[in-house]
Amino acid sequence: MPNEPAPVPVHTRRTRFDPADELRRLSAGGPVTRVSLAPGAGDRPLWLVTGYHEVRQVLGDQVRFSTSRFGARTPGGTSKTQRPDDGIGLLMDYDPPEHTRLRKMLTPEFTVRRMRRLRPRIEAIVTECLDAVERAGQPADLVGLFAAAVPGPVLCELIGVPRDDRDDFLRRCHAHLETGKERGERAAAGTAFTRYLAALVARQRKDPDEGFLGMLVRDHGEEFTDKELRGICVLLMLAGLDNISGMLGLGTLALLENPGQLAVVRDDPAALDRGIEELLRYLSVPHAPTPRTAVEDMTLGGKRIRAGDTLVCSIPLANRDPALIDEPDRLDLTREPGPHVAFGHGIHHCLGAALARMELRIGYAELLRRFPGLRLAIPAEDVEFRVRSTAYGVERLPVTW
Amino acid sequence: MSMEIRVDRERCAGSSLCMSYLPAVFDQSDDDGKVLLRTPVPGADVAEAVKGAAARCPTGAITLHARDAQDA
Repeated sequence: MPNEPAPVPVHTRRTRFDPADELRRLSAGGPVTRVSLAPGAGDRPLWLVTGYHEVRQVLGDQVRFSTSRFGARTPGGTSKTQRPDDGIGLLMDYDPPEHTRLRKMLTPEFTVRRMRRLRPRIEAIVTECLDAVERAGQPADLVGLFAAAVPGPVLCELIGVPRDDRDDFLRRCHAHLETGKERGERAAAGTAFTRYLAALVARQRKDPDEGFLGMLVRDHGEEFTDKELRGICVLLMLAGLDNISGMLGLGTLALLENPGQLAVVRDDPAALDRGIEELLRYLSVPHAPTPRTAVEDMTLGGKRIRAGDTLVCSIPLANRDPALIDEPDRLDLTREPGPHVAFGHGIHHCLGAALARMELRIGYAELLRRFPGLRLAIPAEDVEFRVRSTAYGVERLPVTW
Repeated sequence: MSMEIRVDRERCAGSSLCMSYLPAVFDQSDDDGKVLLRTPVPGADVAEAVKGAAARCPTGAITLHARDAQDA
């Protein structure tokens, strides 16, 4: 049945806001479980890590767990295949010391203060999107016009894509990252996207501006290769599109279904800071960070793991573990936020977390300010969830106000 | 007995979690994006928050140490 879509891997399965029952059953058996994520995924042992402490242990230990499929830190120290061009600069796929070298140069570009400089631009983008919602009339789809419309332009602002190029850039980027597309079509889109990024990098090298790429080439010009700079831009798009659109869409739905909670953050935008942490934890839109490979034999969560085994850390289950917070399945925007792992943990902790928090804060606050009477225009049980994506979300969110 | 905070800037991944959680005690350097301590020996009033910030650190770069009077 070639046209049948592949089954959704077990670690990405959910029921509305919750991890799917089968995932709950797996995690009830212990914090580490041997699984088969999808039929035909190979016969190497694969472990699903679902306990909060065990997930932190794996993600926090870059010595015993590798994220790289290409480096030399494989069991036995043998070198693996060479990193392909389109994997260069994708930090989540690097181990130290290569990771340390790149991350060190990028970290100062993503500080809270640096991100705050983008605030007026993000506010303008959110306002433009909400204007479009208003113009569309009721009911309007909040995903197409808002949740999925905000993150692309924000990333363009961050990277320094000129305004006139934005639509083209985002179209090519979506085509490049789109997993449902035909291989040939995707390769063509990928070439167009890569070519644009190459030109952008070349322009910044010649005449660096105040944006992120300009700062990188000004401060570290020769330390980055062009391919690394291009890859870092791709990384930002990979990390900043689906995760944010998922959070804005799914988060809005969660608020609409909990009017008491919505009122708290609508009437007091200052309450949003901790509210967003709770939404990040409760919704856990990224299913899992880059799979880890055990570098040595060990025992984890009572299971015998061997060098070369793969470990997938479940973010939604770790964030719903009572070891993290009491009553983890309750959404309570007013409670003290727990140290969740929605942005990961360890040296690969999300580089753009400060940007993501600001974007979500501005997004939710402006949405609720502009549309204080926001409500769902379809029965809650008819909402379609986005299941085939690296980050969970909703497909559409028809609303009235 | 008071508490002394130590930060390992080599380990720090620049997540900014500590500074966002407790800006009175933690800051983030504009130069390298890593943690800076505003005060290494904070008052007892923020002791719980300091523990919370240390628990949030993704790389375990923040450690807390008991500080006896005679060490001062």
